[in-house]
Amino acid sequence: MITINAQSIAFILFSLFILGGGLGVVTTRNLIHGALYLVLSLFGVAGFFVLLSAPFLAAVQVLVYIGAIAILIIFAVMLTRSMTSLTEAFNRQWWLGALVGALLFVFLAAGIILPVWGAGSAYAGQPVSEVVATTTDLGVALVDGNQYVLPFEVASLLLTAAMIGAIVIARDDE
Amino acid sequence: MEQQCRDLINTLAACMVANGADPNFANLISALLGVVLVATLPLLTVILLIWVERKFAARIQDRLGPNRVGPFGLLQSVADALKMLTKEDITPAGADRFIYNLAPIIAFAVVVLIWAVIPFTPMHVGSDLSVGILYFVGVGSIGAVKVMVAGWSSNNKYALLGAFRTIAQLVSYEVPMILALLIPVMMSGSMSMQDITWAQGGMWYIFSAPLAFAIFFVSNLAETGRAPFDLLEAESELVAGYNIEYSGFKFGMFMAGEFMHVFTVAVLTAVLFLGGWWGPGVEQIPILGFVYLGLKTMAVYFLMLLVRNTVPRFRIDQVMNFNWKFMVPLSIVLVLVQAFLLRVITSLGLAPNEAGDFVSSLPQTLILLLGNLAIIAVVLNMIRNRGRQQRLADEAARSELAHPAGAPAGD
Repeated sequence: MITINAQSIAFILFSLFILGGGLGVVTTRNLIHGALYLVLSLFGVAGFFVLLSAPFLAAVQVLVYIGAIAILIIFAVMLTRSMTSLTEAFNRQWWLGALVGALLFVFLAAGIILPVWGAGSAYAGQPVSEVVATTTDLGVALVDGNQYVLPFEVASLLLTAAMIGAIVIARDDE
Repeated sequence: MEQQCRDLINTLAACMVANGADPNFANLISALLGVVLVATLPLLTVILLIWVERKFAARIQDRLGPNRVGPFGLLQSVADALKMLTKEDITPAGADRFIYNLAPIIAFAVVVLIWAVIPFTPMHVGSDLSVGILYFVGVGSIGAVKVMVAGWSSNNKYALLGAFRTIAQLVSYEVPMILALLIPVMMSGSMSMQDITWAQGGMWYIFSAPLAFAIFFVSNLAETGRAPFDLLEAESELVAGYNIEYSGFKFGMFMAGEFMHVFTVAVLTAVLFLGGWWGPGVEQIPILGFVYLGLKTMAVYFLMLLVRNTVPRFRIDQVMNFNWKFMVPLSIVLVLVQAFLLRVITSLGLAPNEAGDFVSSLPQTLILLLGNLAIIAVVLNMIRNRGRQQRLADEAARSELAHPAGAPAGD
């Protein structure tokens, strides 16, 4: 049973942030409000990372998702002034989105979470990992030849290519 | 009980437990008090700093500055705060009420939040996060949200335009700032503010990484939006920036947030580059660290005031060119060079010993300083050549204008 302590209160609070924010994103008709709800939801995820003793991921979550991606979304919406006062639904595909969301939830819950951590399974009641990895471990893992150096380099290459592509597209033809 | 209650600042929770309080409750009270202390300190300091800033600006402009309220006008800021409280609180028609009211709170909160990770003395720090630097950057990036939200929710096109300018500047200058922050992290091998301060026991980083200090300082001038980067506000040219529609205490929140941001940045500079609380005798009497940190902060703060009051405002294209064509490349080169030199130093066995005292950090400091000076020399030379070419081109264009090649003489 869940005991009520500071951690579980924080967990409930962050869960409310995430779920309420997510609900707000899909129900509000105002795009700016939607973006701000998204910020709230992402902030809750950062809180979860803190509860999971992953401060690095929490800080990166805030920095990348709130500081960069959410700002980019708000910026893009604001630059198209007519979009900010939009109140009509654009298309009738909300049921399709709801269906996909529900399917994903069922798939994750019934397919992965319950069999692995649910009652009666091998991992029930056990922590996911005993290892408390520090930021140093993370940094080493990214450049260690036996671990993630190849995915890391491939991702870097991909990002560089995307950046060059963006510059090429944005450039004026002289 | 006597033992635990002698030094209440450090052992309040222990003292309460010894007196029969519930440990959870004692810890909660202790943590809450810590939060209140850490958050109130910048708030109270900023009231005095506004006075300092106004006096300083006045002296530079050959005026007296505030001198009516209280001795030397010390209470002027208090009077101003009271005045703001009595002003009418206007919400523009068509404004998005909730978000409009939320923006000043965000503006203020993001600055106070930074104080949580600042080490005041070897023992007193709000929270010694292992990712303190990243926390600072993350919290700082929320600052862009407040500008956006304030500019949009005011339902005023000038506020929105002001917000765009501000965001463009904030986002751009975050790049060199973060790159400059990498250097103390590389040298101390930690992102915790407290560890970075400990690592400067032998030598402050301003001596081994003067360029990183300069880049951090300049990009923070831009991040705080003070002159010469005050295009967000530009009192003498524009009506105001993203906060034009705000009045009364909501405007006061924006203003106090801005002043506090400057002060916060000064503290951070002192912690990261000037050795934080290090000073004579600090290891015996930790509370002295608070005084040293305050003195160093004031030194940085006065430097910022000096720049603010003596350098004319840039144009927006100059601000952007300066950042993307000068600061960003320079900071990337700096990070590469510094990383390479640190590697060389380690493999030559010249790195400071475990204790990190003054003598053992000398070789590393000298090598890094020379590396920095070499970069500075190259950059200055490039700037000189570029300037000379520009002047020659201008001169050629001017003489072309005065004596067009194909025109008949004496016409």
